[in-house]
Amino acid sequence: MSSSVPLLTTPPGRRPGSASLRARLERIANAAVTPLVPADYLDLFNPLRAGAELRGKVVAVTPETADAATIVIRPGRDWAGHVPGQYVRVGIDVDGVRQWRAYSLTHGPRPDGNISITVKAVPDGVVSHHLVHRVRVGTLVHLEQATGEFVLAPEVTDGPDTAKLLFVTAGSGVTPVVGMLRNLFPVTDAGVVRPARSAHLDITVVHVAPSRPDSIFIRDLEALDAAGAIRLVARYDDVHGLLDVHALGDLVPDLGERATYACGPGGLLDALEAHHAARDLVLFTEQFRPATLVVGEGGEVTFATGASVETDGATTLLDAGESAGVLMPSGCRMGVCFGCVVPLKEGSVRDLRNGELTTAVPGETGPEGIRIQTCITAAAGPCHLDV
Amino acid sequence: MTVVTKKDENPVAHLTPEDVEQIGIELDAIRQEVLDTRGESDAAYIRKVIDAQRKLELGSRAVLLASAFPPAFVLGTIGLSIAKIVENMEIGHNVMHGQWDWMRDPKIHSTTWEWDNASTADGWKHSHNEVHHTYTNIVGKDNDLGYGIMRVDEDQRWVPMYLAQPLWNFINACFFEYGIAAYDLELGKNLKTPKERRPESFTKAARATLGKIRKQMTKDYVVHPLLSLPTGSFLPTLAANFTANLVRNVWSHSVIMCGHFPEGVETYEKAAIPERETRGEWYLRQMLGSANISGSKAMHFMTGNLSHQIEHHLFPDLPSNRYAEVAPKVQALFEKYDLNYHSASLPAQVYSAWHKVVRLSLPNGWLETTTKDNLPSQLKMLWAMTTGDRKVRRVAQLRLEQQARRLRAQKKADVERVA
Repeated sequence: MSSSVPLLTTPPGRRPGSASLRARLERIANAAVTPLVPADYLDLFNPLRAGAELRGKVVAVTPETADAATIVIRPGRDWAGHVPGQYVRVGIDVDGVRQWRAYSLTHGPRPDGNISITVKAVPDGVVSHHLVHRVRVGTLVHLEQATGEFVLAPEVTDGPDTAKLLFVTAGSGVTPVVGMLRNLFPVTDAGVVRPARSAHLDITVVHVAPSRPDSIFIRDLEALDAAGAIRLVARYDDVHGLLDVHALGDLVPDLGERATYACGPGGLLDALEAHHAARDLVLFTEQFRPATLVVGEGGEVTFATGASVETDGATTLLDAGESAGVLMPSGCRMGVCFGCVVPLKEGSVRDLRNGELTTAVPGETGPEGIRIQTCITAAAGPCHLDV
Repeated sequence: MTVVTKKDENPVAHLTPEDVEQIGIELDAIRQEVLDTRGESDAAYIRKVIDAQRKLELGSRAVLLASAFPPAFVLGTIGLSIAKIVENMEIGHNVMHGQWDWMRDPKIHSTTWEWDNASTADGWKHSHNEVHHTYTNIVGKDNDLGYGIMRVDEDQRWVPMYLAQPLWNFINACFFEYGIAAYDLELGKNLKTPKERRPESFTKAARATLGKIRKQMTKDYVVHPLLSLPTGSFLPTLAANFTANLVRNVWSHSVIMCGHFPEGVETYEKAAIPERETRGEWYLRQMLGSANISGSKAMHFMTGNLSHQIEHHLFPDLPSNRYAEVAPKVQALFEKYDLNYHSASLPAQVYSAWHKVVRLSLPNGWLETTTKDNLPSQLKMLWAMTTGDRKVRRVAQLRLEQQARRLRAQKKADVERVA
């Protein structure tokens, strides 16, 4: 287990003399614990220390609805912070197996330095069920730094010009939006605060869900609405019927003046994209859950480790690799986070979302191959992955 | 040991090809039962073992910083010996087998693990996982059967050099980690090859191994003794580390000898293995080519559960903590198919293995035909065989075998008379 993570990193501004002393101490420490590294021992006592691989400790689990919960995590010392709307990749052991998923951060930066994610247990969702129903306070999770482009631009949040925004959220797509709203309008014991820095914002939220009890964060949205921070338009399938995007103009009369931020399943986003493109309106989207297209073919997938597995055309390379026991990197498992990319050295793969083929030919496509997202591609004939 | 196919009584003669395949199916089912229930508690087990091992090693090395103080020397040496044994056996060996790959923890994975041993993880995984576990007990293919320096089978022609084999074996036990490293590199074969014809892979692997040995030695014999210098404990710490390595080497050598060396464990002839061995046939070879050690839970743990050698060879990638629960099912299967489940206590297996080393160091039949009374004449013959030429040896050998055969017939007749 000789990872090359240095034990001691030299803080900036130190004199060169002390830097070389540190380097020497580091060399001695490494020589004293080979073939391990000092970090392997330090992790036994303080896994959240500076210089450690990024981890976090679950400090609270709060149920939101019957099948959703907010997990508050104390991140390790090297957590670099985040911008509301961003997501984080979380690695957690479920039934002893390390699983990685990406979740939106549902809070802006908090004074206590903790971060939170809100998870809805999806049908057959191994990780989401574990997080909502089983995870215990004190559990250690693995983290990566926050990332994601679905954030409000500084010129929007910083003002002073009035910014008119529309958020369209569906299902658990509400989570990044709640993260943004909580940052703009903190909730205290005395209720919603409307700080001066957010006074220039004019926000409408159209929230779509199967029913009110199924809605995560609906109380938060209602409280923001009651305090006048936002205008909430809640649409429940069981009350109002399925939302037709063409009715959006009726729900939001000043739609033409607003920049739209939408987060939800692919079907809704596709419809919105068509709707907004026809009217030349500004739209930012974040897709939750992949829309997979079942295709035929498949083939034998081989790996650099020597493992190989026969797959069908609807099984993702990620699932195929994991079933063959290969240590596949993975993340959101829906084509968003690129945590799963590995080089395709030879053969063709098909993108399950749109059927697009990617082909690597040794000698033609470069020695390093083509890095593909294994979570949304399947084998289209025999192929070889460098992992 | 004589290869199975040359034995008078073939222990698998009573099995039909259908039986063999059925054994494979039943063993697969036992394996699946473990896979189906493998999960959180297993993961917690290996993490706990790794955690405890590291704390024990750290604690022992801390105590040894004052090893000039005799109680600290004793305590630290015992602790470090145990830590090194657990690190190599229950953790290193099993992690590198991929027994814990299913956890998808990159820190506890066969592709990333490196162990506290002269042999590199890569070298060891090749010679052990690929060669030994695939070609188990096939004479000439499985180097575990003697590391190329020993006479492990009656069919290997006896030459006087083998008289020293108990000594070689003892030295090999003391410096076992270097023996393993040499065997991973196929050092004997490669050194005999002229330098320019040696494969590039050997040069690379040899460099990696030397680099690792240098680091290992620097740690145990330079850095830690120097860290102990302030308390005047340089030499005691050096001695403690040497002792811990020695204890670990002798212990692991003993356990590994018990796995395949005791009398009664079968060996195979290269030519007798079918081109495409079926799963059932492979399983059968593993069943008869391994021997278990019976004993307490602590003993099983300290052997890295290699005491369940039969189960380990059948299912090398199942988590080691599950072998104990699998063992009764495997043993029941042996009984059902009337096969010999070879299991005995640690002293019995170690004795048996050493007995075989000694027996095979002597010409075939010599030990069997020697009694207290004929010892002088036997020794005279051994002297003649050692100093004489091939012809002398051949004649003496024929006479020994004849005597041994007669003795065996006599014994058989005695037994029948009593019955």
